[in-house]
Amino acid sequence: MQAFLHQLLSGIADGAIYASVALALVMIFKATHQVNFAQGEMAMFSTYIALALTQAGVPYWVAFVLTLVFSFVLGLAIQRLLLRRLSRLPHASELTAVVVFIGLFIIFNGAAGSLFGYTLKEFPTPFDPGAWYGSTYLSSHEVGMILMTLIVLGIVFVFFRFTRLGLAMRAAAENPASSRLVGIRVGWMLALGWGLAAGLGAVAGMMAAHKVFLDPNMMSGVLLYGLAAALLGGIDNPWGAPIGGFIVGALVNLAGAYVVGSHLQQALALLVIVVVLVFKPSGLFGRTVVVRV
Amino acid sequence: MTPVRPTAEIAGPTGRRISGRMWWLVALLVAVVAAPFVLSSYHIFQATQIVVYAIAVLGFNLLTGFSGQISLGNGAFYAIGAYVAAVLMTHANLPYWATPPIAGAVCFGVGFLFGRSATRLEGLYLALATFGLAIALPQILKLDAIEHWTGGSQGVVLSKPASPLGGLLDDDRWLYFFCLAVAAVLFTVAWNVMRGRTGRAMIALRDHAIAAGTMGIHVPSYKARVFGVSAMYTGVAGALSALVAGFVAPDSFTFLVSIAFLIGGVVGGVASIFGALFGAAFIELVPDLTKQVSELWPSWHWLADVQWPAYGVLLIITMMVMPGGLAGLVYSVQLRLAARARGAQPPHSPRS
Amino acid sequence: MSGLLVLEDVDASYGATTVLRGVSLEVADGGMVALLGANGAGKTTTLRAICNMGVKTRGGIRFAGKCIGRTSTEDIVRLGIGHVPEGRGTFMSLSVDENLRLGALRRRDAGIAGDIARICDYFPVLRDRMDQQAGTLSGGEQQMLAIARALMSRPRLLLLDEPSFGLAPVLVQDIFRILRVINKEERMSILLVEQNARLAFDLVGQVFLLETGRVVASGPPQQIAADETVRRAYLGQ
Repeated sequence: MQAFLHQLLSGIADGAIYASVALALVMIFKATHQVNFAQGEMAMFSTYIALALTQAGVPYWVAFVLTLVFSFVLGLAIQRLLLRRLSRLPHASELTAVVVFIGLFIIFNGAAGSLFGYTLKEFPTPFDPGAWYGSTYLSSHEVGMILMTLIVLGIVFVFFRFTRLGLAMRAAAENPASSRLVGIRVGWMLALGWGLAAGLGAVAGMMAAHKVFLDPNMMSGVLLYGLAAALLGGIDNPWGAPIGGFIVGALVNLAGAYVVGSHLQQALALLVIVVVLVFKPSGLFGRTVVVRV
Repeated sequence: MTPVRPTAEIAGPTGRRISGRMWWLVALLVAVVAAPFVLSSYHIFQATQIVVYAIAVLGFNLLTGFSGQISLGNGAFYAIGAYVAAVLMTHANLPYWATPPIAGAVCFGVGFLFGRSATRLEGLYLALATFGLAIALPQILKLDAIEHWTGGSQGVVLSKPASPLGGLLDDDRWLYFFCLAVAAVLFTVAWNVMRGRTGRAMIALRDHAIAAGTMGIHVPSYKARVFGVSAMYTGVAGALSALVAGFVAPDSFTFLVSIAFLIGGVVGGVASIFGALFGAAFIELVPDLTKQVSELWPSWHWLADVQWPAYGVLLIITMMVMPGGLAGLVYSVQLRLAARARGAQPPHSPRS
Repeated sequence: MSGLLVLEDVDASYGATTVLRGVSLEVADGGMVALLGANGAGKTTTLRAICNMGVKTRGGIRFAGKCIGRTSTEDIVRLGIGHVPEGRGTFMSLSVDENLRLGALRRRDAGIAGDIARICDYFPVLRDRMDQQAGTLSGGEQQMLAIARALMSRPRLLLLDEPSFGLAPVLVQDIFRILRVINKEERMSILLVEQNARLAFDLVGQVFLLETGRVVASGPPQQIAADETVRRAYLGQ
């Protein structure tokens, strides 16, 4: 029983990472109906920047904030400079965008490899390993991850719900034409959304890096789980995404510990999710959209 | 953004366009037949690989471009086809030329079953399900339970098919023409099918599944059948790839293969049959491009270090230049030329 | 011409298709104008041309003396034009309250809450549904919400695209009565696009009649109503 609890809680801690990534994916999806397949790689790249900062002597939380700024600008720039141009091309389809995202994936993954090498690197944690809130079930870092995620999710929620800018961004995502009619600069709202999503990804990356060690391929598995979590929660539902994240985290860990070895756990987790989707095609909390034919 | 549109070759060519395209076809035919006689052994290997990829990319196009079901898992069928060929050759002593049809049949079955069970899934959800398949398969191939057949992580080594025309064609060239012949048959079949009733049904399915249903197309069974056909094409390609590579191993069939087919399909033009050939050449040649260039110009050796980011950049540039793939580019050029011939302004969609 | 809104010899096209040719019209400050015509005459295109929404225009479009032909939609709206679009453009997943606040997004003053209260006096049904999701409102309620949202920005000119579309006659009377009140009390100029000529005649002081992209008649409603042109534009000959 003890072991089970440990696996479950550890899985939920992992789920915190997936929850952030899932929310980032849903944010971009709601605004653009596209999945940013490069989300994980952008996060990984940002994490390398964080590492470089801490190795240069910058205190952890300062480096953390600077990295958030960096990733925010990165996301904003990609949307503003590349994707906006893409959306105006007359023959672009969803698949064109998918390949562009794959291209971004390859660029960030390759650049990280070229610039920083492929060896695993240690990443610091701000949560003291011997701290009072650590236990046999959850390390202090894992507690920190869960707390951090909840705080970040809380901030994001408050931002979108109670601020003018958040309202404007929600409006721009839902109905760009009407948004223009109330004076919203839709293009910039999109760019802002990308920046925020990139920031969320960076948070996920910095949390994950301490646990699994930093290397250029760190986030590809995380992206997959994040995407699965987002779909499980309902790709258009910002509430479903974090919940999906925690569920997926627990699921993967338990599958790996009890059912199959660590090799097949990825496949098994996906299988379970797919089975759920077959019965609930729009995810657990997704809106079954009645489409007018 | 406009939805993926069928290229002129499917929309029904006019007399004038046929003669134009005939020349391209003849030129292509000549190039393709003459190639192995002017290329080095390694390049013949690459050319053969391109032919094999073309079949696989066509399989992807049939599913995604023509019937609108996105698949990120075709690499799994590629693997299954390859392993079927390997197992048949080593355990059943079947001759190499018998393996592609059997691999195709097996993959049709698997693909059909998959398509039938996943029929409720669409778009992203289907993409995830197929991606799961792509990830699972290499792991399944490594399972101890079937190691006797699959060779586990080490895989299975195959002997290269011997050329029956020893004097005229060496083994490499023979294999190239063998694959070319298979490709020619499969491409012709696809071409004919897409121009017929089935093809129109597939396009109807892609463009408006609900309306297609009301017109008497039994959507779930059609979807499953198209999945089967797509898997069959990919499986045949897989079997051929086993012959070309001379071995099969689980790590040759990671999800990167599925991604490559996607890239090949989109770059060539996802609703195009001939685009598949261009896409195949792209995924075989472009990833290495900067490395090849750096070998040609040693002073630019740093290019080899940026091989992957450079590929990503090239990929994005290609998409920005031809968002509809090569077929899309050809189509819009044709439109513009035709409009100019009529003396009118070419139409373009309004910006909104 | 020296009205609040002036269109002078405007051509408008979507891509290669020209929809408006040489359209000239004017809305006086504090006036109410109707733009009438059959389906496809170009009425919605005119409103979209004014707000620069996906239409290419040539010719003079001036608002309060300022040329707005090249201004972006967001900036035109900030200059004081409120647009109630075809189909209402409701933010379906947001609440009624949020829809209204979006109308006031560009405002920095403190009068927003007061405005919401006043607008709810015009449209009491909205007050009851403040926290409800806008997508659950009926067609008529959404139309009222759309007008209310446009009013929240305190525009000088209100553009309305077929506010009567798909609504029960009683509701339409209600809305038109409110428009009359708003025009008088808030000194808001109104440009109304309608297919239903009779309704518009009761409300406005000036009518422009469009037929396949051209203005074929203009003048006070009584003059137009007595004219053969109207019948020809609607029934064709």
